[in-house]
Amino acid sequence: MNRDRTKGIDRRSFIAASLAAGAALTFEAKIALAAGPGVAEATMLNAFIRILPDNSVIIGAKNPEIGQGIKTMLPMLLADELDVSWEQVKIEQTDANEKLYGPQVAGGSTATPMNWLPARQAGAAARAMLVSAAAAQWKVDAASLTTAGGRVVDKAGGRSATYASLAKAAAAQPAPDLAKVPLKKPNEFHIIGTPKKGVDTPKIVRGEPLFGIDTRLPGLLHAAMVKCPAIGGTLASYDDSAVKSARGVVAVVPISSGQCPAGKQDAVAIVGTSWWAVQKLRDKLVVQWDIAAQQGFSTELYARQAAEALGKAPDATLFKAGDADAALAKAAKVVTGDYSYPFLAHATLEPQNCTALWHEGGTVEFWAPTQNPGNGRKDVAAMMGIAPEAITIHMTRIGGGFGRRLMNDYMVMAGQIAKAVPGRPVKLLFDRTDDMRNDYYRPGGWHRFTAGIDASGALVAFKDHFVTFGANGKAIRAADMPASEFPASVVPDTHLAQSFLTTNLTTGWLRAPTSNAMAFVYQSFMDEVAEAAGTDLPALMLRTLGAPRDLPTERPTVVFSTARARAVIERVVAFAGWTGKPSAVPGKGRGFGFYFSHRGYFAEVVDVTVTDGAVKVDKVWIAGDIGSQIINPLNAEHQAQGAAIDGLAQALVWQPVVQEAGAVQTVTFSDFPLLRMDAKPAEIAISWVKNDYPPTGLGEPTLPPVIPAVANAIRAATGKRLRSLPLQLA
Amino acid sequence: MSMVLTVNRRKRSVDADADKPLLWVLREDLDMPGTKFGCGAGLCGACTVLLDGQAVRSCQTLISEAAGKQITTIEGVTALPAGQKVVEAWTRIDVPQCGYCQAGQIMSATALLTANPKPSAEDILLGMNGNICRCATYVRIERAIREAAGLETKA
Repeated sequence: MNRDRTKGIDRRSFIAASLAAGAALTFEAKIALAAGPGVAEATMLNAFIRILPDNSVIIGAKNPEIGQGIKTMLPMLLADELDVSWEQVKIEQTDANEKLYGPQVAGGSTATPMNWLPARQAGAAARAMLVSAAAAQWKVDAASLTTAGGRVVDKAGGRSATYASLAKAAAAQPAPDLAKVPLKKPNEFHIIGTPKKGVDTPKIVRGEPLFGIDTRLPGLLHAAMVKCPAIGGTLASYDDSAVKSARGVVAVVPISSGQCPAGKQDAVAIVGTSWWAVQKLRDKLVVQWDIAAQQGFSTELYARQAAEALGKAPDATLFKAGDADAALAKAAKVVTGDYSYPFLAHATLEPQNCTALWHEGGTVEFWAPTQNPGNGRKDVAAMMGIAPEAITIHMTRIGGGFGRRLMNDYMVMAGQIAKAVPGRPVKLLFDRTDDMRNDYYRPGGWHRFTAGIDASGALVAFKDHFVTFGANGKAIRAADMPASEFPASVVPDTHLAQSFLTTNLTTGWLRAPTSNAMAFVYQSFMDEVAEAAGTDLPALMLRTLGAPRDLPTERPTVVFSTARARAVIERVVAFAGWTGKPSAVPGKGRGFGFYFSHRGYFAEVVDVTVTDGAVKVDKVWIAGDIGSQIINPLNAEHQAQGAAIDGLAQALVWQPVVQEAGAVQTVTFSDFPLLRMDAKPAEIAISWVKNDYPPTGLGEPTLPPVIPAVANAIRAATGKRLRSLPLQLA
Repeated sequence: MSMVLTVNRRKRSVDADADKPLLWVLREDLDMPGTKFGCGAGLCGACTVLLDGQAVRSCQTLISEAAGKQITTIEGVTALPAGQKVVEAWTRIDVPQCGYCQAGQIMSATALLTANPKPSAEDILLGMNGNICRCATYVRIERAIREAAGLETKA
């Protein structure tokens, strides 16, 4: 191994080349990522590239693939700078190993900003070592050599060599300074910016096993569970005599909260040789639950408590500037509006599942469809009292994430079950009912807005009393609101305040978390303000955003650029031909929404037709700014269209998750309908606003603005202002 | 009980309870996990297979109902002329995001085009509305069907 490091570079950064068995040349790059604009936090990238004797190239894909296309995209960055052709590249999913690979999370649209530079640096450094090897062999200046298609080319000498033939010599080259290795200029990219299909598409369309639920292992056992109906309730007692004797049953395993700090997942698992058989036996299991502390919670209770809270002074101030009440008293016009949105489930189509194998000696191996294996490792280690190093995690392809699989309850539960059947792999599979009842729900919320407009139509005072869910004076997971929420960040006299309700439901992040709710309430209310000010929302937004400048956010490394916001608004206004005038056709309406989330700036326009109270979305226009480069345009279009339709589902199709007597009552796709093809807009048009900012992620930021755009379009079409989700006329 | 099923033109013996759905026989007894479990209630379409060319929800189909019929699954769909075209279009257009629903989508699309080689927009909706795509890849699903059918598509 050659691990020479040039003086002056970050000591944690290096690239090492080595010859592996079979004469494969392996590059391992470990790169420190500096915190800075577009980067979430100081962290590491660890990448591997393997060049095989046939000159094919294997590139490791380190992040969980949930359909966002990361398994294709990250290797594109490496392959382009390595200067191989995409056809030479084979992609391998790595295991979860944060010590080796750094953060391996599918969440927050963070993979692009975190990996854009370092992944390219790793590819470029490997290329530089191959070029140096050829230069030494041919006794020419490395600067005189070029590369293409996995070959080093000496034009003057009329010769070339494959990377594979240079493997041995390259492994002996000193490693370049990763921070200084020259990178391609955008006009030199041959993979980045070109449409690339998903690497697993050929396997998906052939039905090959890829997903967690497809995990197959010799001697595999299956587990179905009877779960406490109320989240947080505990197992009092159970009688498994009618179950244990059944054919094919291997074990009955209580899973108790006492051993399960990550999520109070009391359940009893039936383990056997067939999932179909064990899940049928659940009726024969007699279980007593203690849900005394949970059974008072209900959807109805929350609504009543929220109404009470809105009528009282808020519990706490979130953000205050100037004197909102004084400014409202002087305002030419005051606008008020109460908004709300319900609890929502994730409803990934692949139900939660996880396979685990407890080995003799106290180690455990997982095959886990998880968006956050690092947290899964921590949760399992804490629950089972084992060292994190005793846990091996294989990452499977994931049948939908949307944030549900950022939580790792299924890993914690599968680990407990596996320990009861040591030496035999066991797959825990939730049925749809389990999945719907044991989610980490997008929490509901209520907002009372008050805005003041001066005689010129300027927004001069702003108040929001936000009723959300909390504990100990703080919002619980995914129930928070940023103190920098626009327009509070720019209105001189502002007061954002909150009150907290309690719930037994576990809450969590749903695609574009917080933003999916805030975009709806803030941009819908801003549409009301625009109306009161005698203008339209794009015009009010441009006026309120004001001069181009950077505003701070909660995250020290992320700013909100009013210039970038203005640019997407202006783009979509031109793109959609927005005039602000009502449609001449009865029942037709057009709405606008803007939102900044996950470092992306999106302005969207929606056209609807309302017939007999039914809303049909005709067309969506999207103007998006995710920086200088669309890395994979084929997938970018797909992600933006999918996220927009996902937003329409939240706006128009999904029904609230309903809770009674502590337990969630929403258990099927009849109770929680998902959007089907008939609700697809006829057209979704996308225009990218490019600039010099580094590229950022696209899994989420398209989603939020479409929700208020629909609500505002319904207002335009019908005159009705809908202030709660889902949007329902009559 | 023991019975013989014809899956993708091959005879397969299965020993399973008569009330076991075809979905679980495929996944557990025949080691064919391409057909997916989504809801177990016939609401999402992820488990769609063909029985004598008709799209059915295999989670709602008892094996006793499947016996004596030609069962086609995603693993064997390209043996059908329409299935071959559908899979080619799906690959060319790169329809999947997470990919979990796509086996069911491809089976429904194959049944649709087998019965109706030049479907109208309404026909496509009727044929595909039983299949949920949680990633909402519907724009490309529709385009792939139109391409597989040799119909004009928008750029």
